[in-house]
Amino acid sequence: MSKEEKKVNRRDFLFTASYTLGAVGLGAVIWPMIDQMNPDKAQKALATTEVDISNIEPGNSVTVLWRGKPVFLKRRTPEEIAEARAVKLDDLPDPQKDEDRVKEGKDEWLVMLGVCTHLGCVPLKDKGDFNGWFCPCHGSHYDVSGRIRKGPAPTNMEIPKFEFVDSNTIKIG
Amino acid sequence: MSEHQYVPKSKAGKWFNDRLPLLTLGAHLTDYPTPKNLNYWWTFGGILTFCLITQIVTGIVLAMHYVAHADLAFASVEHIMRDVNYGWLIRYIHSNGASMFFLAVYIHIFRSLFYGSYKSPREVIWIIGLMIYLLMMAAAFMGYVLPWGQMSFWGATVITNLFSAIPLVGDSITTWLWGAYSVDNPTLNRFFSLHYLIPFLILGLVVLHIWALHVPGNNNPVGIDIKKPSKDTVPFHPYITIKDAFALLVFMIIFAGFVFFTPNVLGHSDNYIPANPLVTPAHIVPEWYLLPFYAILRSVPDKLGGVILMFSAIFILFVLPWLDTSKVRSAVFRPIYRQFFWILVIDVLMLGYVGAMPAEGIYLVLARVGTIYYFLHFIVVMPVVGYLEKTDPIPMSISEPVLTGGAEPSLARKVNDKV
Repeated sequence: MSKEEKKVNRRDFLFTASYTLGAVGLGAVIWPMIDQMNPDKAQKALATTEVDISNIEPGNSVTVLWRGKPVFLKRRTPEEIAEARAVKLDDLPDPQKDEDRVKEGKDEWLVMLGVCTHLGCVPLKDKGDFNGWFCPCHGSHYDVSGRIRKGPAPTNMEIPKFEFVDSNTIKIG
Repeated sequence: MSEHQYVPKSKAGKWFNDRLPLLTLGAHLTDYPTPKNLNYWWTFGGILTFCLITQIVTGIVLAMHYVAHADLAFASVEHIMRDVNYGWLIRYIHSNGASMFFLAVYIHIFRSLFYGSYKSPREVIWIIGLMIYLLMMAAAFMGYVLPWGQMSFWGATVITNLFSAIPLVGDSITTWLWGAYSVDNPTLNRFFSLHYLIPFLILGLVVLHIWALHVPGNNNPVGIDIKKPSKDTVPFHPYITIKDAFALLVFMIIFAGFVFFTPNVLGHSDNYIPANPLVTPAHIVPEWYLLPFYAILRSVPDKLGGVILMFSAIFILFVLPWLDTSKVRSAVFRPIYRQFFWILVIDVLMLGYVGAMPAEGIYLVLARVGTIYYFLHFIVVMPVVGYLEKTDPIPMSISEPVLTGGAEPSLARKVNDKV
């Protein structure tokens, strides 16, 4: 009898084949119902933002909208850059050099997602204990490089993908 | 009834089932004794359940992207078609799904008419079914308005104006339906709200429909009462589930054929023109599944008369169980009624055809002939034929013709012997 039991018969094959095909079919039907909730073509078309930076004086910043979120563009003074670079990496909860947060040769431009990495509020500029940003929701302090120094936020504010189209224009995204 | 003694095997199952007997319900649905001779015309109940669920799922998805506003609705539908991931697929499933739903429900209704499934003791199943059918028509009509194209707008105008035929209060009712002095943004908003509500009402009625069905059990092609469970029955699972699943697959192939190859063939191209309150399309027609009633409406040269006759054509079905005087259920054993049944099928198809044609000349004549026969069939033919007809011998049981090896039941009895 043990021989008989091991043998895969025609019916087993048909069952397995039917269930497999059924599962594939079901998956093919379910996937569009899930994917429809992802960003559509109209949303993807808004995925880049170009900003004219010719009017921003050193020490000033502007906030622009990119993918529905604020992006801070700050033109930093030499003193602010020096201050950011003087910080020891050991003092940072999320160690990252200021040089790694800007484009080489364009050190004065800090382009940063203006979203607190704690729970997504927008931090206030020129506030907090570290001469940078302060998030009023739950008290996170960021320094002049947008790095987290104190408070509940786990990481530095995110640097989006961006490039200098020419000397007066930044393209975010 | 074995299902009443059902006891779950596991301890947790027993604990839960004592508090909410869902497992007992599951066991009942699985073991439910079903006549073993059900043919493929009986698979449309399952197919219709599939259609309802498909419409609800795709509808909920579409509502995530659709905007119910007169200025934005048309553009949002185009946005669904062009931008939303798989939006074209989901919308085409939903719009063709409505047609497939009606195709299946018409087959389901005519199956009931042929095999006498509406007759005692199944009158309540039949009436709940008709309520589902009415709600389906309301849902389909309001759904057709939502894209806010030319056919949407003028279809809504014509159908809501039917109520203006009511004496004295007609105009007030029409204005109340619109929420404005014409079909306008408030109309679109409330139609969207109701279009979302109705499928869930239908779902509730479907539960009652099946509940009512499970009291006497299924009718069957020979239309006789059977003992349950007995050698005339098989458990619902796996015998009926596998048969339903096969029929559903064939149905889905046809459905997919429409969705992928001719998604707009059942629609009207004018509905891809944004709604314009200043211009009526040259030839306005409802969706195909409402055409027979549209033909009846247009066959009467009087506003109120046409509306009354059109609604009567539906409501007369509610009293059908009492208009049919025959003691034999299945038309298989009713040689005269069987012929009238097919005349009715042809009549309704013809009404559907002339409903799509201009209301003039030969089409108007055909519409009138068709309308007269439609009502004669129910008011005169069914009572009279049921009374006079000499029916064929019916078998004692489902198994009998099979077990005795002949198509002609040897132990057959005449109905008159029994009474």
